[in-house]
Amino acid sequence: MQFSSRRKKFTTNSQAELYGEPLQFYGQPPLENISLTEFETFAVERLKLLKTIENLGVSYVKMSESYTKKLGTESKALNFLYRPEADDRKPQNGPTEQEKRRKDHISHFILRLAYCQTEDLRRWFIQQEVDLFRYRFNDLHPKQKLEFLHRNNLQYDRITVEEKKALNDKLVNSSYALSGITVVEQDVYKVPFQDALDLVRTRKVYLKAGYVYIPHQDIVTIVINDFRTRLSKALALTARSLPAVHSDERLQPLLNHLSHAYVGQDYSIQKNVGKISLEQIDSLSGKSFPLCMRQIHQSLRENHHLRHGGRMQYGLFLKGIGLSLEQALQFWRSEFIKGKVDADKFDKAYAYSVRHMFGKEGKRTDYTPYSCMKVILSNAPSQGDHHGCPFRHSDPELLKQKLQVYKVSPSGISQILELVKGMHYQLACQKYFEQTHNVEDASFSLNHPNQYFIESQKALGGGKEIKRETEAPQKPQEIPTGGPSAAPEAAANTQDEAEMTEDLDSFFQDA
Amino acid sequence: MPSSDYDSACLPDILPLYYRRLFPFSQYYRWLNYGGVQKNYFQNREFSFTLKDDIYVRYQSFTTQNELEKEMQKMNPYKIDIGAIYSHRPNQHNTVKSGTFQALEKELVFDIDMTDYDDVRSCCSAADICPKCWTLMTIAIHILDRALRDDFGFQHLLWVYSGRRGVHCWVCDEAARKLSVAARSAVAEYLSLVKGSDETVKKVVLTDPIHPFIRESLVVVERYFPRYALQDQDVLGRKESVDKVLALTPDDVRKELQQEFQNEKKPEIRWKLLKDEAKRKQGTSKKNQHFEKEIMLQYCYPRLDVNVSKGVNHLLKSPFSVHPKTGRISVPIDLKELETFDPFAVPTISLICEELDRPRTVEEDEKSKETKDKENEKDTAESRKIRDYKRTSLAKYVKYFDQFLDGMARSWKGELLKKSDLQKDF
Repeated sequence: MQFSSRRKKFTTNSQAELYGEPLQFYGQPPLENISLTEFETFAVERLKLLKTIENLGVSYVKMSESYTKKLGTESKALNFLYRPEADDRKPQNGPTEQEKRRKDHISHFILRLAYCQTEDLRRWFIQQEVDLFRYRFNDLHPKQKLEFLHRNNLQYDRITVEEKKALNDKLVNSSYALSGITVVEQDVYKVPFQDALDLVRTRKVYLKAGYVYIPHQDIVTIVINDFRTRLSKALALTARSLPAVHSDERLQPLLNHLSHAYVGQDYSIQKNVGKISLEQIDSLSGKSFPLCMRQIHQSLRENHHLRHGGRMQYGLFLKGIGLSLEQALQFWRSEFIKGKVDADKFDKAYAYSVRHMFGKEGKRTDYTPYSCMKVILSNAPSQGDHHGCPFRHSDPELLKQKLQVYKVSPSGISQILELVKGMHYQLACQKYFEQTHNVEDASFSLNHPNQYFIESQKALGGGKEIKRETEAPQKPQEIPTGGPSAAPEAAANTQDEAEMTEDLDSFFQDA
Repeated sequence: MPSSDYDSACLPDILPLYYRRLFPFSQYYRWLNYGGVQKNYFQNREFSFTLKDDIYVRYQSFTTQNELEKEMQKMNPYKIDIGAIYSHRPNQHNTVKSGTFQALEKELVFDIDMTDYDDVRSCCSAADICPKCWTLMTIAIHILDRALRDDFGFQHLLWVYSGRRGVHCWVCDEAARKLSVAARSAVAEYLSLVKGSDETVKKVVLTDPIHPFIRESLVVVERYFPRYALQDQDVLGRKESVDKVLALTPDDVRKELQQEFQNEKKPEIRWKLLKDEAKRKQGTSKKNQHFEKEIMLQYCYPRLDVNVSKGVNHLLKSPFSVHPKTGRISVPIDLKELETFDPFAVPTISLICEELDRPRTVEEDEKSKETKDKENEKDTAESRKIRDYKRTSLAKYVKYFDQFLDGMARSWKGELLKKSDLQKDF
């Protein structure tokens, strides 16, 4: 398919202008030709960076010192780190600042293509890009932050001195950034609350009549929000141009590969349907279920009921370990009718939702079992719920009692609690695995409850019928590095070093 | 007032009567049409009905008030839910290209359910309520209403009794209807203070400085706490309750209080002792100093389900819908009479249908003659209907609903003028 050239190519002097700024909103797509090799390399390296951000975000408090230090190291290793001042001095070795910024620019737009297709992909991409942006924005000097604001038209009203006086107490009591002195000194801006959702959500700001009052130094949150909104809209537009992109045989395999590298092992394809019988579930829950599922199962047996959050988390997990739809219906039904739900009501109300989970109702989406990340970060349990991640959501005291009941050794328990304190929830669960299976080292990096189950069955029975999926997309950490070997299908069509002849911009512009 | 023994078995017989003579269709349409400011607003609204035998139908939509009436009188739904305004008519969503049928706008809603307070109320549990725990709803309405108005600037709030064990709030401002999922979630989080599942003991943790929103909420809670918690719920009376309260205090304070409580049995004095300990803590250490506030909030502060408020497409029970289990009508609550609102005095469908059949008094006959003259042009069936609900206990609730709509209508007028102005200059 030929892409007609819609505009003239600009020469490199505009590159100096474009990449003169340390940070950008990615408003304008790149307007140059690049080689297919560069296309792949840039994309894969940015993906590595984003995955690092994802992993760091679970193990460390975002923007804390350890977080930023580790992120800085990784960015440097991948040649993404650039210093806010664009000095064109040739470094000892490696690319210049300009080159790094160019790579940043191009790789962002390539990944947009790969990640605009589904709601899940978009959400993931936006989350990591927002975290990356926040990290970089915080790194700018105050003067550069101001310049950034002005350049991107984020002008909000400042409140008058009289207003500040009247609101003094309220302002001081709502924002860490404002003491009695700084209220007088700093500018305070009045921003519509819809533009400052993160501050509203965490109650870190004074809110009156629909406006938040933000001291100058907190304006970063506004900027982040703006970035998120723009990116979200852009992805929606990109998705519409996708058919044109996918028709290019050289790009399609690579883009698919990129988005699968994220999805990877999602346990959505049932490999062992029917291999588990319902009678086995009770004993399996003690032996091979991760703590979260064991807990949910127990409360289901005790209460003969589960609320929606628990049904989703547990029901999808059961699907992942191989329960068929018929088995699942029988399982839930027999448990619920022991409680307050009669068979009739079950068939009318709850059966629908079980079938929905298996993709047999409504949108017919075949829902995938929740990963650890999802369980930890979304839909926190509240009063009456039993889902979530016990390492994240339970009181440490109650967690300790529970582990004692489950006969974990005292030293094991204290190790687990240490990890929980350091917010390393998945590592704590791995430690639980090690304790309950009596092994020194789990020998896998836990990120999915169904992975826990499979590893447990392996450890206990030694590779029976339940095998691991061996498709091409491997575990998240092992992303192939750039080069023709990365995407064999794509490689078959490339000529090393050959320039692409069509416009990149026609891929990125909305129709 | 007797609710006139309601039995859900009678629904098939009295629902037709309700929808034919009592349901306030014209006010209902007036609400959901929002003054006709936006095109197709009513036509693109999703309704869902639960029919007899638990048959559930979604994506119902109607083009006019008349069509809505006719369909509801034909189907006689047991329950009615209101959903979002979509990009296309919901009843045609199957004909729309997949992916383009989207929920665009909806009121910002809140659902407060008494079962979420089961761990802190001793009088009832699950679906039961009583005057003692109803205070929790009163507190919730005070706190949320103030916050939504003063902090967020919303003006058109409709509070509705759900019919059994809770209340709903419909925020109808244009700005509210246009909020994104992220914004709704942020508003709900801002309003959430009680966090944690059954596994969490301490569900409220305050840090310095205490945000003005929390201060305002505490003012309300403190007003009700003595009568509600110390008297009605007797939280510092029975041993198990006392233990639960003390579990929320710092370890050293708990030991002190356990000792002091051995000699002091009166709940009000016990609470004072607890507050004194708190004051002492505030003077000395930085940690754990607000525990008395945290206790009050854990026992009284509103608990809302964030998931209900987040979704633009979330379906919520409609005002004036019947609650199949209790027979009570989901009536709007007049906040001017909030303190005296009694959920057990809310009319049931059986009651108001019975009131319809009452023989008309001489007074009523004279009055009806007057209004009949005035409404000569109107269709007699409709005018009869207008007068019908007025003869029942439903009247005052519809009147209040009218006042609520009048308040909004003023803003619609402004919008329509603006629009026509824009059309005049190109």
